[in-house]
Amino acid sequence: MDVACCDDGGNYMNLTKRKFDCLVIGAGGGGLRAALQLSQADASVGVVSKVFPTRSHTVAAQGGINAALANVSPDNWHWHMYDTIKGSDYLGDQDAIEYMCRAASNTVIELEHSGVPFSRLDNGRIYQRAFGGQSQNFGGEQASRTCAAADRTGHAILHTLYQQNIHARTHFFDEYFALDLVKDEDGYILGAVAIEIETGESLLIEAKTTLIATGGAGQLFYNNTNARINTGDGMAMALRAGIPMEDMEFFQFHPTGIAGKGMLISEGVRGEGGYLVNGEGERFMERYAPNAKDLASRDVVSRSIAIELKEGRGCGPNKDHVLLKVNHLDADIIKKRLPGIRDLSMTFAGVDPIDAPIPVCPTAHYTMGGIPTNRHGQVVVPEHQGAEEPVPGLYAAGECACVSVHGANRLGGNSLLDIVVFGRAAGNHIIEYLKENRYHRPISQESVDKALARLARWDQKGDGESVDSIKTDLKVTMDKYCGVFRQEDVLQEGVEKVLAIEERLKDVRLKDHSKVFNTARIEALELENLMDLAVATVCSALERKESRGAHSRVDYPERDDKNWLKHSLFFKEGRRLEYKPVHIKPLTVDSFPPKPRVY
Amino acid sequence: MKFLIYRYNPETDSEPRMQEYELADTEPGMMLLNALERLKAQDESLSFRRSCGEGVCGSDGMNINGRNGLACITPLTILKQPIELRPMPGLPVIRDLIVDMEQFFHQYRSVKPYLIRHDPDPEIEIKQSPEERDKLDGLYECILCGCCTTSCPSFWWNPDLFRGPAALLQSARFLMDSRDQGTAVRLDELEGPYRLFRCHTIMNCVDVCPKNLNPTKAIGNIKKLMVKHHI
Repeated sequence: MDVACCDDGGNYMNLTKRKFDCLVIGAGGGGLRAALQLSQADASVGVVSKVFPTRSHTVAAQGGINAALANVSPDNWHWHMYDTIKGSDYLGDQDAIEYMCRAASNTVIELEHSGVPFSRLDNGRIYQRAFGGQSQNFGGEQASRTCAAADRTGHAILHTLYQQNIHARTHFFDEYFALDLVKDEDGYILGAVAIEIETGESLLIEAKTTLIATGGAGQLFYNNTNARINTGDGMAMALRAGIPMEDMEFFQFHPTGIAGKGMLISEGVRGEGGYLVNGEGERFMERYAPNAKDLASRDVVSRSIAIELKEGRGCGPNKDHVLLKVNHLDADIIKKRLPGIRDLSMTFAGVDPIDAPIPVCPTAHYTMGGIPTNRHGQVVVPEHQGAEEPVPGLYAAGECACVSVHGANRLGGNSLLDIVVFGRAAGNHIIEYLKENRYHRPISQESVDKALARLARWDQKGDGESVDSIKTDLKVTMDKYCGVFRQEDVLQEGVEKVLAIEERLKDVRLKDHSKVFNTARIEALELENLMDLAVATVCSALERKESRGAHSRVDYPERDDKNWLKHSLFFKEGRRLEYKPVHIKPLTVDSFPPKPRVY
Repeated sequence: MKFLIYRYNPETDSEPRMQEYELADTEPGMMLLNALERLKAQDESLSFRRSCGEGVCGSDGMNINGRNGLACITPLTILKQPIELRPMPGLPVIRDLIVDMEQFFHQYRSVKPYLIRHDPDPEIEIKQSPEERDKLDGLYECILCGCCTTSCPSFWWNPDLFRGPAALLQSARFLMDSRDQGTAVRLDELEGPYRLFRCHTIMNCVDVCPKNLNPTKAIGNIKKLMVKHHI
C-alpha cells in the first residue's frame, strides 16, 4: 500500500490518503466502461469495488444487449427508441432514450472490437435474437434486436471490459467498501471514504470527480434474481449526501425466475421460441397480449402470471408457479443458444429443459429508479422549481442511476446497453470537466468524520438484534407490501412496517468486531444502505396514485397522464417527495406522445 | 447435518483449527452456500466470500470434502458428513475460507488476457464465422473462481513461475480467437520450462472445474501451437 501523501493541513493525518482525477465506485459494466474511457484518455482513475471486478453482477446478465444492427430483421435506432419509450410507459426521458438508441450500434461494435465473443450468424456478423417489447416500424412485426453471446452476454461483456482495463492499466482497489461521499460546503463531491476489507483499515480517496456505478438494490426483496452484493450502496450514499432518489416506486419483477429459488431464466428463452403455460396447460399470454404474446413487456407478463396464480390457475401442488416450456425446441438450439439456462435449470430446478418445462414465477429483478442524472451521467438535483442542476464533481451510471431511459418499465436487453452507453458518456464528460477543474479542492474534516462515524457505529458492543434477522424481516416486508400489485392500505401498512424496522436497526449490534476481512461488518453497512432505499421505495409507491409500467395499483388501475406524467424525487431528509417533469422532447426527432399501451 | 470447518482469524488465532458446526434445519434442494449462510446467522464470525449464488461470479470457491468446488452449486445431498470445508489449497489464507488470490490474478494478468489487434478496426464487426466462434466455446466461459489452479500440484510447487490452468485457459481463449493477432507474443511469453510446460497433465483442473471446462485440453493445444511456432 502506498504511504499517505499529506500536502494540506487536515488533521485526518492518520488516515491513508490516495488521489485520483476520478474515483469510480463499482466495477460492473458501467464502472468499467467509464474507467476504460478515462484510462485511455490518460486520466488517473481509481476503481473501488467491494468484490473482485468480475464478480460484479453484470456477470449474470444473460440474454443480450440491444442495438439496431439489423443483422437479422430490418431495424433502425428510431424503432428501438419508440419501443423503449412505449416500454417505459412514457415515463422515460425521450432525449436520453434517443441518445442511447442512436449510440447503441457503435457501442456494440466497439465491444466486439475489444473482444466480446458474440455468437455469430453464417455471414460472420453478430447474432441477434428476439426479445420482449421489440418491434419493427413503430409497433409492427417482432424485431430481433438483442445481440447475444449465447446466454452469457453479461459475462462476456464484463470480462472483456475488465480485460481491457488490465490492458489500459487502470488502478483497482479490489475488495474495498465505500462508506460515504466526501462533500465540501459549496456542494462539490470530492471523493469518498472507504475501507479495505482485508485489513479493516479506512482510507480517504480524494478525487476531482466521483462516478457512482454500484448497480441495483434487488436485495430489497426476499425473492429476487440478484446477487447478494446488490444492496444499492451507491444510491444510499447519494441519499445521505442529500441527493434525492428518482422513481424508486418502479421496481421490475422479471416474469421468469426459477420458482421458489429466484435464479433468472432469461427472456431469451422466450425469444428463442419458448412460451408460458398455466396449470390448465393453456398458453395464457395469448389472452393478455394477443400480438406480442410471451414477448410482451416484462411488467405485462409478470402481471399476467400473477393474475393466473391469484385466480387458481398455477401449476404444482400449491399452484404457485407457471411453466416455461422449451422442450418443443430442437435440443441443439437449446444447447447452442441457451447452455447457461440449461445448467441453471438442471442445478436449481432439477429439470433439463430439453425434456421438461421449467417452473417459473415473477421475481424482483431490476431497480428502474435511482440517482437522477442527465444523459452525460452528471447527477442532477432540483435547484429551482422544475430545473435540474448538476452536482459538481458527481456522476452516476448504470442501474444505480436514473437517466431516465427505462422510465416505469425497462425492456430486456436495454440494461447492458444502458451501462455501456452511459458509462462511456460519463467518462467523456468527466474528461471535459477535468479540463476546467484541474486541481483538487481542500477537504473538510467534518465530511470525513461523518463517513467514519458510519463505521464507528458498528464498534458498539453489547446485546441487540442481529443484522440477519433485521435483513430478513425487511425483505419479507418488501415482498409482502410492495410487490407486483399494490394498493393504498397495504402500502400504508408497508410504510409503517418498514419504519418500525428502521427503528429496530438502531439497536442492532455486531458480535464480531475483528478487523480482518470482517464480512459481518460489511453486511451491517449494506443493511443500512438497503434500509434507506426500502424507505424511499415504499414512500414513493404510496404516493403515486396511478398504474404505470411496473407500478401497478389495484385501487388506481389506469395510467393518469394528466396528474402523474412526472418523475418522483424522494429526499431522505424529512422523507419528502418532490416531482419533476418528464423530458418529452427528444434531441432531434418528433416526440412520441403518450398513447394507450397494448402488446 | 454436521460440518467441520477450517477457522483462522490472524487477529486472535495463533494457528488454524477445525470447528464443528451443526445445522438442524435443512430443506431439500439446499445448496452448500445456503447452509453456510445459515451457519453464519448462528456465528457471524464465520467468513467466506459469496455473491451471485448461481455459479457465475466465481466468489465461493472452496475445498469441499477434499475437492475444490463452488458452494452455491454444490447440493448438500451429495456430500458425506461431516462436511469438511477448507480454503482452496496453495494460496495464503486471509481468514477462514478466504484466500489471498493475488498470485492467481497475477498469473492471469501475465498472459495478456485481452484481444491484440494490429489492423485498423473495420466500421462494422470484425467478421467471424460460426465455426471460428465455436472454437471459443469451452474457453471463454471461465469465471476465475480459482478451483482449477489451486487444485494443481504444479501450481502448488511453482505458484510464481507456472501460469496455472486458469491463466493458460485464458491464453488459449485468445490464441484460438480468429480475431486475435497476438499469437507470436503470446507464445513467446509462454516460453521456458515453467510457464506452460510445468503442466504434467495431472488433470485435477478438469476434474474440479465447476463450469465443466477442460484446461488440460486447452494447454495441449497451446503446446501444439508452440511446436508449430518453432518450426
